[in-house]
Amino acid sequence: MKLTPRETAITIRGLYKAFGGHPVYSGFDLDVKRGDILAIFGPNGCGKSTLINMAAGLLPRDGGDILFDGREVAEIRVGYVFQNYREALFPWRRAADNIRYPMRRMGLPAAQVEARLQSLAERFRVRFDLNRYPYELSGGQQQLVSIMRALAVEPEVLFLDEPFSALDFETTLSLRDLLQRVLKDLGITTILVSHDLEESIILADRLLMLTRRPTTVADDVPITLPWPREAEALAAPGFMALKARCLDVFQRAVAAA
Amino acid sequence: MRALVAPVLGALGFVLIWQIAVLLRVADPILLPPPAEAFTETWRGFATGTLAHDTWRTVERTGLAFLIASAIGVPLGVALGAQERLYRGVEFVVDFFRSTPASALFPLFLILFGPGEGTKIAVAAFGAALVILFNAAYGVINARRTRVLAARIMGASGPRILVDVLIWEALPQILVGMRGGVSLALVIVVVAEMFIGSTDGLGHRVINAQMLFESGLMYGVIFVAGALGYLLNLGFLLLEKRFVHWSGR
Ligand SMILES: Nc1ncnc2c1ncn2[C@@H]1O[C@H](COP(=O)(O)OP(=O)(O)OP(=O)(O)O)[C@@H](O)[C@H]1O
Ligand SMILES: [Mg+2]
Repeated sequence: MKLTPRETAITIRGLYKAFGGHPVYSGFDLDVKRGDILAIFGPNGCGKSTLINMAAGLLPRDGGDILFDGREVAEIRVGYVFQNYREALFPWRRAADNIRYPMRRMGLPAAQVEARLQSLAERFRVRFDLNRYPYELSGGQQQLVSIMRALAVEPEVLFLDEPFSALDFETTLSLRDLLQRVLKDLGITTILVSHDLEESIILADRLLMLTRRPTTVADDVPITLPWPREAEALAAPGFMALKARCLDVFQRAVAAA
Repeated sequence: MRALVAPVLGALGFVLIWQIAVLLRVADPILLPPPAEAFTETWRGFATGTLAHDTWRTVERTGLAFLIASAIGVPLGVALGAQERLYRGVEFVVDFFRSTPASALFPLFLILFGPGEGTKIAVAAFGAALVILFNAAYGVINARRTRVLAARIMGASGPRILVDVLIWEALPQILVGMRGGVSLALVIVVVAEMFIGSTDGLGHRVINAQMLFESGLMYGVIFVAGALGYLLNLGFLLLEKRFVHWSGR
């Protein structure tokens, strides 16, 4: 896939990362298009979290560059949604204060903080009381609060590390639905790590399938299904064909290892 | 109300067994007076004697030692916990003195602080401070890593993370340390009142009663000291429930 520099939001070049002498990434390259949702799918331990943590600046890299429109991660606004919402939200703050927190850190004036909180609550059709503490909310509501918190700073890039893997199927479906609408509305460049193939396809503009360590790209699949993709899209022929192709690639990649 | 039934029944049972032991003459009545006598002696101690003053003095000393211990233990523990490598360096010393019976330190502290109030409060504060420091440091060290990362990604700097995340994460453990610290301070204060030139306090009163064969009063003072320890513990448990409402959820 050829991208012009103007279209590229994230550029990864010659990425190198090793743990205890064993490389996870050795000369890894990737370009992510502005506004795209990129899903990363791969076996356990192949380095999906390692990749987005390096990109988000949470983990140092051992070599190579990760640039966002030519800038380092410290110079841009990012959002990050952790898999384990229970350990990511601040339980001593009410849900609304959790969402206000990054905006206050940014130094936004109070009126703007409230306006953004309001608009996020509307976008995500929040019907529960945001003045509750996180532990008083259901798992799905807590993860929704995490997502709102990550989006509150209007990030240039959003990272999601298996955001739905601790939630039940029904909750996952409704959260996926809300998330894709909002991300496509706002046009936020997103990297989503998932170990659910259906989810990766339904939420993404592009699916990157990774191999076992040392990690390489097994396949790079453009997903051109029309938006919005509702639950029925899971049964559409285009979706089925993509899923069959990805399963095939996955099985060959795993068998080869 | 229901919650009170079991403890009240337990206490009544205890008094009943005591009374039966007295009736069966398990021990010399001088050593084991009937519960009614212990009760009236204690009542008289409060009404006309100095027991209320003694109780107050013990509370005062324990409170002062606890305040000093917290003022030193909490900030130092949090600071050390935030620098884990530094804490590993001093961990052995902390553990060593935490394991040293505080009573073994009396002679040393007597030289440093003299035979007055200073020594009693200093030894109690020293013992309690180590317990509080240890707990505070571990509370910070065991802070959920994800929360620290979350704060960092939301633009919190090092000191900001300390104030906004680490202290909150450590708060449950800090309160556990304070609860342990105040109990230890009470133990040390009562022992000190027995043996280090005291003229008041529960420790002083209990050993006096023993020497004067006022066994009813002696038991009464023991129960007052017990009640004091129990109430302090209970108070901190309630405080924990109130201030760390999120703990364990
Ligand atoms: N701090 C670390 N020290 C040593 N090895 C590590 C460390 N972090 C990750 N690894 C190793 O690097 C590899 C990639 O880990 P990573 O967490 O990125 O995998 P993942 O693809 O996210 O897996 P999962 O699907 O289980 O979340 C794994 O083999 C893991 O054991
Ligand atoms: Mg992972």
